[in-house]
Amino acid sequence: MHSEVSLYQDPQHAYIGKRQPRVEDEALLRGLGRYADDLAVLPGTLYAAIVRSPHAHAVVKQVTIDAALAMPGVRGILTGADVKRWASPFPVGVRQPMEHWCLAVDKVRYVGEPVAVVIAEDRYLAEDALDAVKVEYDILAVAIDPETATHDDASILHEAVGSNVVNDRHFSYGEADSAFEQAEHTLSLKVRYPRSACTPIECYVVVGQYDPAEGGYDVMANFQGPYAIHSVMARALRVPANRLRLRTPPDSGGSFGIKQGVFPYVVMMGLAARKVGAPVKWVEDRLEHLSGASSATNRVTTIEAAFASDGRVSALRFDQLDDCGAYLRAPEPATTYRMHGNLTGAYDIRHLQVRNRIVMTNKTPTGLNRGFGGPQVYFALERLMQRIAVTLDIDPLEIIRRNLVPSQAFPYRCAAGALLDSGDYQRGLELGIEQGGLAELRQRRDVARQAGRHYGIGYTVAVEPSISNMGYITMAQTPEERRRAGPKNGAVSTATINVDPLGSVSVHISSTPQGQGHRTVAAQVVGEVLGLPLESIRVDVELDTGKDAWSIASGNYSSRFAGAVAGAVHNAALKIRGRLKAIAAQQWQVPVEDVVFSEGRIQTADGEHSTSFHRLAGATHWAPGTLPQGETGGLRETAFWTPAELTAPDDDERINSSLCYGFIFDYCGVEIDSLTGRVMIDRYVTLHDAGRMLNPQLVDGQVRGAFAQAVGAALYETFHYHEDGSFASGTLADYLIPTTMEVPDPHILHMETPSPFTPLGAKGVGEGNNMSTPVCIANAVADALGETVEPGAIELPLTPSRVRTLMGIEEPPQPEGVGADSVSASAGGGSKLSASDSVEIPASPQQVFDSILEPETLKAMIPGCHSLELTGDNAYRADVTVGVGMIRARFDARVELTDLEPPHSLRLSGAGKSGMGDATGAATIRFTEIDGGRTRLDYDYEVTIGGKIASVGGRMLSSASKMLIGQIFSRLSQQVSGDRIKGSLWQRLRGLLGKRGGDA
Amino acid sequence: MYVRVDERHRVALTLNGRERSGYAEPRTQLCDFLRHQLGATGTHVGCEHGVCGACTVMVDGRATRSCLMLAVQVEGRRVETVESLSDEDELSDLQRAFREHHALQCGFCTAGILMSCHEFLGRVLEPNEAQVRDMLSGHLCRCTGYTGIVQAVLDVARARQNNRQETP
Amino acid sequence: MKPAAFDYYRPTTRREAIEKLIESGEDARIIAGGQSLMAVLNMRLSQPRVLIDISAIEELRYIERRDDYLAVGAATTQAELAEYASLTEEVPLVASVLPWIGHFQTRNRGTVCGSIAHADPSAELPLCLTTLGGEVVLETKRGKSRRVVGSDFFQGVLTTDRQPHELVTEVRFPLAKAEHRYRFQEVAMRHGDFAIVALAVDIGETEYRLGVGGVADRPVVTSISRDVDLEDALNALAWSLEAQDDIHASAAYRRHLVREMGRRLITEETAREETDDVRPSR
Repeated sequence: MHSEVSLYQDPQHAYIGKRQPRVEDEALLRGLGRYADDLAVLPGTLYAAIVRSPHAHAVVKQVTIDAALAMPGVRGILTGADVKRWASPFPVGVRQPMEHWCLAVDKVRYVGEPVAVVIAEDRYLAEDALDAVKVEYDILAVAIDPETATHDDASILHEAVGSNVVNDRHFSYGEADSAFEQAEHTLSLKVRYPRSACTPIECYVVVGQYDPAEGGYDVMANFQGPYAIHSVMARALRVPANRLRLRTPPDSGGSFGIKQGVFPYVVMMGLAARKVGAPVKWVEDRLEHLSGASSATNRVTTIEAAFASDGRVSALRFDQLDDCGAYLRAPEPATTYRMHGNLTGAYDIRHLQVRNRIVMTNKTPTGLNRGFGGPQVYFALERLMQRIAVTLDIDPLEIIRRNLVPSQAFPYRCAAGALLDSGDYQRGLELGIEQGGLAELRQRRDVARQAGRHYGIGYTVAVEPSISNMGYITMAQTPEERRRAGPKNGAVSTATINVDPLGSVSVHISSTPQGQGHRTVAAQVVGEVLGLPLESIRVDVELDTGKDAWSIASGNYSSRFAGAVAGAVHNAALKIRGRLKAIAAQQWQVPVEDVVFSEGRIQTADGEHSTSFHRLAGATHWAPGTLPQGETGGLRETAFWTPAELTAPDDDERINSSLCYGFIFDYCGVEIDSLTGRVMIDRYVTLHDAGRMLNPQLVDGQVRGAFAQAVGAALYETFHYHEDGSFASGTLADYLIPTTMEVPDPHILHMETPSPFTPLGAKGVGEGNNMSTPVCIANAVADALGETVEPGAIELPLTPSRVRTLMGIEEPPQPEGVGADSVSASAGGGSKLSASDSVEIPASPQQVFDSILEPETLKAMIPGCHSLELTGDNAYRADVTVGVGMIRARFDARVELTDLEPPHSLRLSGAGKSGMGDATGAATIRFTEIDGGRTRLDYDYEVTIGGKIASVGGRMLSSASKMLIGQIFSRLSQQVSGDRIKGSLWQRLRGLLGKRGGDA
Repeated sequence: MYVRVDERHRVALTLNGRERSGYAEPRTQLCDFLRHQLGATGTHVGCEHGVCGACTVMVDGRATRSCLMLAVQVEGRRVETVESLSDEDELSDLQRAFREHHALQCGFCTAGILMSCHEFLGRVLEPNEAQVRDMLSGHLCRCTGYTGIVQAVLDVARARQNNRQETP
Repeated sequence: MKPAAFDYYRPTTRREAIEKLIESGEDARIIAGGQSLMAVLNMRLSQPRVLIDISAIEELRYIERRDDYLAVGAATTQAELAEYASLTEEVPLVASVLPWIGHFQTRNRGTVCGSIAHADPSAELPLCLTTLGGEVVLETKRGKSRRVVGSDFFQGVLTTDRQPHELVTEVRFPLAKAEHRYRFQEVAMRHGDFAIVALAVDIGETEYRLGVGGVADRPVVTSISRDVDLEDALNALAWSLEAQDDIHASAAYRRHLVREMGRRLITEETAREETDDVRPSR
């Protein structure tokens, strides 16, 4: 239900600004889209599957491939050794001795890191051979938490750097120190923004080819850009850019930034093709995608404000610690700097200090993700504004209003250098309040609160940057380093329009769309300029770096389409129109200004002369001799466009990090269910000023899509890593993308203040809600929970469990003798489990102790043990099939008995590897004699599970481990006494309740 | 029916009203078989564990995840995919409503969603929004925020209902 | 994510299925709807030598009311049970639970017996079976069969009393008792997700039978007399389940839900969750 406040309704426009169903849809709805995995491959194409690290941090000692090579259908295996021979590490965005290769060459640094590529006749056969590639690892300590990773005693990922902090920069604008000294109030807030990703439904697809004759690579991939990364790939492949032909398919199954991360695989599959002398196709699966593709950067921010009693903020301090994962993969650390120029948000705050640190941890490398850098900044800034309001007991909206950039100030230069191009933030606020029904929402809150319910309202204002300055990434370097490297800036976009001999128009754009409808909008723009019906214009969005016009800023990111690419299309169309006008003017002997284009015809304004578009355009091919002097014949124009405003960072470290800055004002009402803690969005209002809207329907589509993803980030989604670095969100049953049931329909409002800097006055709009909505919901939750909750504890995702815990769970005491003495899975559950239990065995401690030392008993104790072979003093190698229910894996295991103190205690430990993952465990066992020559055996155990099973089976690991360990001791008892015993938990439970639960 | 591990079995079925056959091993997923053996690439694969719904097709008239079925299991059965929904000339009412309501962006999840809607609308003639949302909750769409999809389905249901009333 | 290789066998009689099962033992897996097994196969967490597909065994596709229970054959899908006309009268608890199992696209193929044989500790049908005191029928060679009550059948995570040579051929849900009422409520992260806590209750004249899913390693049912202090009993139950933290919810949160949701369910206070969860939040 949006309100259609289109202020730009120029009746002269045939298409621009109009709601226009998409030209893309017919094919997509018929199932005739051509996505990367749908395209035919060459005969003889082979298929890849990737061996990935089950460990978060380990030295790769040896990779043995013989057994795998001998498997049916396997045609080759690419390893780190090949990669070292043929390729180079990827260039890195900071000056540090760190190497990132497309395959691990010395160490693995995150769970899911590629180690080898198996290439076989089909994907099934390739997967068959994955487990046969034997990788020996020396496991290292991990650095997972970004803050502890900065400590001196942290495990270091990149030893040559000497620290996990690979970049540390300080910035100061204005007189922040004195502003803080003079301030009536200061307030500091520390917040943590988690990892999540916009997770497209289509995963990565790459088809690599190598041509030994030219020494070149030809790769088709559903890469999204930026094509600056083409240089990164070419350098890694050690070829000039013209020997890496990168092609993209006609359709893409979504990206939202994530398909920037496909680039290491472009290199990998190029090399794989070279290895086997055949084209190699790889289709990423969902488990690979979730664990190893990409993620937004998680951030720890300490933000501080200096402000007056009226709420006016004079200065801000940001201390941002960005966790980019295991490698600084291009274009990182761009997350940190994308927002740099506009860190002060929509506010007029002149004094600013910033410290930015980039830290490496044993997690998946981060990369582009819709909203890039925005949600992290606004979560800190807008939470802080809410806290200022609470502290001063002033309405949060009033705090916002008092600090907004004044309406007359545009274009407004922010403290850190952003030039806010246009806007009227005060009017936006008024419009949002009136048309969004804030008064009613406040009444709803009052009513709910009177009834004792938990209801809160949250507000956010944000500027939404679009069309990134390619120079902002160099902010990670010092001015001195930047001077040495030479300036980087701008954002070149391109478009080509071709008119063929029959006068039909083809447009090519290098924007690599991922579902946004670029073909429709480009056709609208061309149709508008050339006066042609939309159906007659064909827009091609496939990009072939070997043939098409492109530049480093090509691709689909930073919401650059409407402002920049559509502008380039417009400019190219103007060039075509200019040439045709000149031709017509000469033919008809009229001034060029008199020539107009409409409805497929070219004519004079007075209607005296008229011809069809295709006839006049065709003349450029068929009759070049009739053309005016200087007219070259043929009709094809490429426009390159880059805005003058995107200058390189200056020596005072000011950067206009984007060309356009849209405005967003959001507010929402949420209710929290008092039983479950579930956050229910009662109403969400979002007002956007994205300049001139080219197609309002598509604009609303972008807003809704971003909003849904933001609801996911706010309430459901996170990539969870355990303390040992194992990854716990490996399936879509654990990484929780919201469905129709979880996403309400936002109330969308618009205003339009056209950008003076883009050809059509348009700005980007696709990322705003990814930035504004998570914190808006968090502010509403904070309002609902009230002052009892520590502000920094409002962390995303605000799951029912987390929110209900914040509300306080008053637990009645644990009744004596009920349940386990200590509840014991490590915080957050998951891969590292420890617990205690006991069994009673009808034999003396000495008997029990002795029998454990016998190999036969040990073998019988271990469930599923096929063989046990003595390898040392009380040390064995075992072949074990372990499983619960249908899930089963065969482990190559080591078992050891140590710390023998007969007949009092011993330690039983084991470690096993399987295709499903790794497990290590140890139990300390104590033997106590109890009445009647019986033994009570108490055991404390700790189990760590890694690899695939940890990432997909988290929900059941703890119970499954408990059951399997229980089985060991129950089998021991059986072995010693011939009796079988039942699990102690159930005896206790049934004892307590005095009934056998479940008797019918 | 017994198919040995290394055997390539000729699976015959009715796909979108046509008799078709192709070779499959016992372990070949139905989605792979439809896409890469029979060329029905309109069906997409998004998760291979039954959560995202992109691969939903109809088997004997019931919406089904084709990643959670084997090709050999459809031997002799009737399978419909997105390619069956329209004839050469015209999109179906459901497809048109999707276009009208901007119910798709990248279009990758759309084929599966259309198949679920197709079965649902044939079974539930006067659905309310809650029912439509419940039906759609078996699908993940990352682009649209679902609003357009819900509106499209409700629209089609209303239009069909009006048609029924006009032509008793 | 492609399955490891296996033989595929699709018999048309139960006898053929059982014979193959006896011959193959632990190397065989039964597939009926495959809505859990296929994902596990795709992830290669299970690599059976032979897959026995019982979905074409017509004699196992039935829903029959007998004496005091409703029998559901092993080839019957969840969708077919949901469409059984008198389900709401005969086994109202199952009727109210079915819409919570996955999504309609998975219920179209997923079977009732398959969900029970799989024994996911968060799954709804095992919870119903346990709460109602229903039975599982296991068959082995020459028609030899045995019946196991739900609470004995479920023995742990994905672990049941079924022996490798046995086929689950039928489950039996006791018919509703006239004077009893049945209620179900669940909290999951998203609609259709596995339950964080699921509660089913059979409210009788003298006692409540309360089943809890999603917390312990199996569904657990306990009878609470109307004479005892309900809050004490629920607290003891909550602690006895030895809840664990996982990435979605803490142990304390689970205990809280067992106590609070349990109390509301039993005392029939209308909980918001119940109505809100079947509609989108807005």
